[in-house]
Amino acid sequence: MEFVAVQFLNGLASASSLFLVASGLSIIFGVTRIVNFAHGSFYMLGAYMAWTLATRLSAGPLGFWGAIIGAALAVGVLGAALEVTILRRIYRAPEMFQLLATFGVVLVVEDLALLIWGPADLLGPRAPGLRGAVDIFGQRFPEYELLLIAIGPLVLVLLWLLFYRTRWGTLVRAATEDREMAAALGVDQRRLFTAVFFLGSVLAGLGGALQLPRETINLNMGFATVVEAFVVVVVGGLGSVPGAYLAAFLIAELHAFGILVFPKITLVLIFLVMAVVLIVRPHGLLGRPFVGLPASVVSPAAVLRPSSPAARWVGAIGFVALLAAPFALGDYALTVATEIAILVLFAASLHFIMGPGGMVSFGHAAYFGLGAYAAALVASRLAAPMVAGLFVAPVVAGLAGAAFGWFSGRLSGVYLAMLTLAFAQICWSVAFQWAELTGGDNGILGVWPPAWAAPAAAYYYLAVALSLSAVLLLRRAIRAPFGYALRAGRDAPLRAEAIGIDVAATRRIAFAVAAGSAGLAGGLFAFFKGSVFPTYLSIPRSVDGLLMVLLGGVNSVSGPVIGAIVYTGLGEQLVRFTDYWRLAMGVAIIALVLAFPEGIAGFAARLADRRRGAPAEDAR
Amino acid sequence: MLGRRQFIVRTAVASAFAAAAPYVARAQGGPIKIGEINSYTAIPAFTLPYRNGWRLAVDEVNATGGVLGRQIEVISRDDAGKPEDAVRLAGELVNNEKVALLAGTFLSNVGLAVSDFARQNKTFFLAAEPLSDAITWAQGNRYTFRLRPSTYMQAAMLAEEAAKLPARRWAVVAPNYEYGQSAVKWFKTLLTAARPDVQFVVEQYPSLGRIDAGATVQAIAAANPEAIYNVTFGADLTNFVRQGNTRGLFERRAVVSLLTGEPEYLDPLKDETPTGWIVTGYPWDQIDTPVHKRFAESYRAKFKDYPRLGSVVGYETFRAIAAAIGKAGGADAEKLVGATRGLKLDSVFGPIEFRAIDHQSTLGAFVGKTAVRDGRGVMVDWRYADGRNYLPPDGEVRKLRPQDT
Repeated sequence: MEFVAVQFLNGLASASSLFLVASGLSIIFGVTRIVNFAHGSFYMLGAYMAWTLATRLSAGPLGFWGAIIGAALAVGVLGAALEVTILRRIYRAPEMFQLLATFGVVLVVEDLALLIWGPADLLGPRAPGLRGAVDIFGQRFPEYELLLIAIGPLVLVLLWLLFYRTRWGTLVRAATEDREMAAALGVDQRRLFTAVFFLGSVLAGLGGALQLPRETINLNMGFATVVEAFVVVVVGGLGSVPGAYLAAFLIAELHAFGILVFPKITLVLIFLVMAVVLIVRPHGLLGRPFVGLPASVVSPAAVLRPSSPAARWVGAIGFVALLAAPFALGDYALTVATEIAILVLFAASLHFIMGPGGMVSFGHAAYFGLGAYAAALVASRLAAPMVAGLFVAPVVAGLAGAAFGWFSGRLSGVYLAMLTLAFAQICWSVAFQWAELTGGDNGILGVWPPAWAAPAAAYYYLAVALSLSAVLLLRRAIRAPFGYALRAGRDAPLRAEAIGIDVAATRRIAFAVAAGSAGLAGGLFAFFKGSVFPTYLSIPRSVDGLLMVLLGGVNSVSGPVIGAIVYTGLGEQLVRFTDYWRLAMGVAIIALVLAFPEGIAGFAARLADRRRGAPAEDAR
Repeated sequence: MLGRRQFIVRTAVASAFAAAAPYVARAQGGPIKIGEINSYTAIPAFTLPYRNGWRLAVDEVNATGGVLGRQIEVISRDDAGKPEDAVRLAGELVNNEKVALLAGTFLSNVGLAVSDFARQNKTFFLAAEPLSDAITWAQGNRYTFRLRPSTYMQAAMLAEEAAKLPARRWAVVAPNYEYGQSAVKWFKTLLTAARPDVQFVVEQYPSLGRIDAGATVQAIAAANPEAIYNVTFGADLTNFVRQGNTRGLFERRAVVSLLTGEPEYLDPLKDETPTGWIVTGYPWDQIDTPVHKRFAESYRAKFKDYPRLGSVVGYETFRAIAAAIGKAGGADAEKLVGATRGLKLDSVFGPIEFRAIDHQSTLGAFVGKTAVRDGRGVMVDWRYADGRNYLPPDGEVRKLRPQDT
């Protein structure tokens, strides 16, 4: 019994830590709708800055707490600076596009932190006066954890007072509820957004700084944290601060007691909780449906036009170049071209649901990875030929996509995106944990193509043939009646239903088709690399796909193709030329985002329009 | 064409980030090119000292005229911790840069991916740091060798010490991935064989890098074990130790702990280093063999920093490569495989040999106890555990490794 009570307190302490980061993210998302990947980086910076200040300032309580507060405020200023210098310029871009910019910031911060603080883990000082433990039910419990337990609810109360007892808080709530209406009533959005970013980043910085006496400060703490924080925000309900606390509490307690029964559950617990909550309550525990939030990520004005003659010429020349490549390129350049061809299919499959479907996926790697594992398992366990593996890959992934589409019927927007993430993480943890079947994190090795496909040029032709055919089929589907139905469901679901389109069924089919295409890409990738690992369905691969689509442009059918080529090519080049490739990549992404707020393909289309003298579209 | 453009970009980058520029030796005419891949951005705490180590080795080799009269040139790549990227870079190094052989890797799955590439492409590969037993056993192949002592070897060193303890009730805490699971599996097997009276009363498997230390410590304490076997490292270890210290988990309990004596993991603990833990590691400041002293002095002179275990691994990996090329009389893969089987080397830890039977080097580790001295963690009462004594009998090894290679 004593043990249960103390373990409950452990859960409360973890809940406070989770809540601090998540609350800031929730406030930022609630008002600005920005999926702020950089939130985890701010958390990390808060910890590093607090470490620097605490080791420089006096060792007393004043120095320690001064360091914590100072670090939190400094991170807040950085957050406001990010809003003013970068994000403000791209608010008019399609939704989710800002995610690209914040991801660029993540890369930059990671390398800068490495340059400033070095590679080694740092251990901060313990809190003065709170070094020891107190006796609770005969068990020693750290004093600092008790303080943390108190800080969580304290911050919750302060935020509540701020939101419900000040004018500024009222404005924030108004903007959270209905951004357009708040703007129409004369609320200065710019100042509000900057202030919200400041507050959210202060909370992230505080969350990081308060870990100083508890955890080591290291370069990996940011990315892991931002994913968990997002889960907490979504489980609690977007924009709901009390919901964030409730979710943090639920997850932390389930974790504290879960490890007693299933010590290996930590891998997947948080995503299981999210999946269950979202299926039962599509808007999170305390969330409400947003008013005035378009269901889609693209402005409804985007109309697909037939390709211009110029674009057709570019396509024809590109096709000839693809066929001729093996005669001009060396083996390595060909393998890069093969990889790009496969990733183009991956990006195009994600675009299929994101662009015409208006459904964002944070977990598209699940289908890529399922395809890869299916192909590898068929080849290695059943000793089946490669062709069989390449056949099974899209089938398995497509079935998984269909199953997922069935579960996700009621969801849209970020909730849907987060359910895709949960599904991908559950698949990932199965691949990771079920070592007897999948080899665990050591993966499946020896999945090489047979002799006829082994030469670089042969596999290149195979990959290009399959990938190109699949991309053209997807393109055909977008322009076929099915694509019109899909887009109608995206832009005006009620009207689409009224004219007899089964919107939900159309979306489910789109999901299955996209998943199957991603699975084919995964199968090609498995035989291309000769091995399959859980990283194939991990979050970074999903993020890669998202970045490719956004970089190329959601509104354009050629967007994902261009995005995949630019993103993969850039990464491949930078990683060979500098150790600080993340810094270079981050700066490049930010520059591209600022230069092409509609994606590269969207920009090219606009340029072509202007040259033809077509009337400029509504500049959204 | 490509070559020249690469060179120009490289020079530009080199002037921008002097310390970061890809390593290009000052070789004139026909250097032997070696491709190197590691997780520099994903695991910087271990791999950056490792890079210093191999740079020192390459400089030393080149300063004394290189190998077979040719200089060594290393082309280094960052795999970002992703096996699929490592495979692409391996292809780039072999096909584009025309390297003669591959070396490096830290993560087990990256090491395995590259070793499978090496098998498929008949390229020599010396795995520097990955610990997975699969590299030399279950997935072992003709072209892959490994320098660092494997999970089995390190677990065997600690099981030997654990068997001497009176403790019967054991707890286990290990990161939840292949390395953690293998380290537990071997420890349990070997300890139970030596001491049939022990039992394992609680096992905790936190996710790598995401330990919930308070809850984990409490869960272990609740089972009231007499001794604890710890496999966590890095940030998980530090958080575990902090919570464990405050909550008195380690009082009156023996702890044996894998890798904890390595400076990479011991140094961040500073004055909170728990005392009396039995660990494997590297007491860099106390080893006074002439070979090690010379290594440590040149390292400090060159990098203004003390060597970590990664530094030794990087240094010995490239010394081994140089020795293998010298013995083979060239960098041809088949000849290198023949030369590396049974290759003997005077390492900074003592004499080592790359075993012909499973391509594992007999590099060992230091086994000792932790203590705090002048506000930092050190190893005391240590001894060098020679790797050759901690490998299974040859008959067992033949069963563990596919024999057609």
